[in-house]
Amino acid sequence: MDIIKAKELHKTFKLKHGQEVNNHGVIANEIEVLSGFDLNIKKNEFLVLVGPSGSGKSVFLDLVGGLSTPTSGVVYLDGKPVEAPSAKTGYVFQQYALFPWRTALSNIEFGLESRGVDKEERVKVARELLSLFGLSDFEDRFPYQLSGGMQQRVAIARALATKPEVLLMDEPFAALDAQTREILQNELIRIWEGTNTTVIFVTHSIDEAVFLADRVAVVTARPGRIKEIIDIDLPRPRNGDVRSSIEFAANRHKVWGALKAEVNKAQQDWKLAPVFAE
Amino acid sequence: MSEELVAPSEIALKIRSWNFDSYVKQVEHLLKGLNNWAQGIPLVLVFFAIWEALPRLGIIDPLFLPTFSTTIKTLFDLTVTGKLLLHVVVSLQRVSLGFGLAIIVAVPLGFLMGWYNKFERYTDLLVQSLRNISTFALLPIFLLVLGLGEPSKIAIIFYGASWQLLMNTMSGVKSVDPIYIKAAKSMGLSDWDLFRKVILPASIPSIIIGARLGAKIALMVVIAAEMIGAKSGLGFFIQNAQFNFMVPEMYAGILALALLGLLINYLLVWFEKKTTSWKGEAGNSIFG
Repeated sequence: MDIIKAKELHKTFKLKHGQEVNNHGVIANEIEVLSGFDLNIKKNEFLVLVGPSGSGKSVFLDLVGGLSTPTSGVVYLDGKPVEAPSAKTGYVFQQYALFPWRTALSNIEFGLESRGVDKEERVKVARELLSLFGLSDFEDRFPYQLSGGMQQRVAIARALATKPEVLLMDEPFAALDAQTREILQNELIRIWEGTNTTVIFVTHSIDEAVFLADRVAVVTARPGRIKEIIDIDLPRPRNGDVRSSIEFAANRHKVWGALKAEVNKAQQDWKLAPVFAE
Repeated sequence: MSEELVAPSEIALKIRSWNFDSYVKQVEHLLKGLNNWAQGIPLVLVFFAIWEALPRLGIIDPLFLPTFSTTIKTLFDLTVTGKLLLHVVVSLQRVSLGFGLAIIVAVPLGFLMGWYNKFERYTDLLVQSLRNISTFALLPIFLLVLGLGEPSKIAIIFYGASWQLLMNTMSGVKSVDPIYIKAAKSMGLSDWDLFRKVILPASIPSIIIGARLGAKIALMVVIAAEMIGAKSGLGFFIQNAQFNFMVPEMYAGILALALLGLLINYLLVWFEKKTTSWKGEAGNSIFG
């Protein structure tokens, strides 16, 4: 059963006054980021989006999360068009985005507060999640007192606290060092395998994509649409050992094969166009 | 399930003594702050010594500059007889009222200007024009319009203290990291909750700095206002002592003013530290 259906998504950003892009000889004040983006995501699936910079992966997450509206096309979540942020989605960002004035515990409570959950229940849920991430003794710490890896664990716990059906993860481990990154990938897989949450995960790392995903969706160079979807046929439950298997390398090769041409195309494109923020 | 996952809780065990550690750290930090503060004392002592020497050596006529020891003695006498206290209390009262009013008015206005671009466009020109006039230049106008009583003094303090509060609140709101807003919105926060739980706490550090600057201005303005038309207050006391050629009293009043300023500054720094402890030690010091 598909929990998310994205149909014919188009998203165009207006640039600031005076800014322009050169799109294959055509000068314009706007930039098309998604063009004919179709994607169906199954319930309880771990779907990873890979694609060159600027291909609109994060924009797609914003559309699913209701933080942005498509120029045309629709995203259906549980059969209903997404128009605003809903309780059904949780969002994890690359920059952690923890509220620095709140402790780890209180950050995790945040989403539950606006849903009117009472204090006792909020603390209970938050403590369970902290313990799930091995952070029970850090509940009184402020974000500045936590390492990057711990902060991102708290951020994931915060997103999971409201029990979302869909977890949106926008390059969540990109700012972490290689070892912490692998540890967090393992933890994420372990925790996800114990829930029935659907995950949409954006990354630039092919290894990360192959290790985590049920399916890897390769997005084209801007304007983005789905180029190819690759089933990752690695058995679950997975642990760190799978990374050194032959099957892993084979899957990695498949994903890179689909991605290579798009990355090259994007590099050509960036030579022509000024940088704009996704 | 893999082995690495056990590691974090083991680390956690080692940090069980966190509360005690943090207490020790606080004491250490306080001592360090005190030590830093104490390093400033010698220069102040040198200053007092020169002050003591100049009139004693006859370089400056003691009639115009009484020795430091005379001034301190006068300050002591004025304090124990309670003559000075009344004036200090009156000045502080005026400052609290004017400054309190400034917080009530300027902070909400700053939020509106920072959040609603339209509101800022409508108000910016007027605000910029007014805030660049010296408050002291406007003193006569306040006296003419509101008379010699309390209202004119409280109004001018309010006016003087408001601008820093307004500007800092506005810039605080504008500089809230958009990622916090995005994170909050992704959790489905209402606009009111977004303000209450994200914009407000994120702006607090900037507002507090505005409050510190505003309070300093309030203290300057109250003295000036009391010098022009008042029958009480520290400004009046200093001015009155000068007119009646009570020179040691005048210097004692100025010394009291310096002490008061110092005290208020430390109080505000302490308050700033208290309310923004979540920012960590960097850039924060008790005696900052």
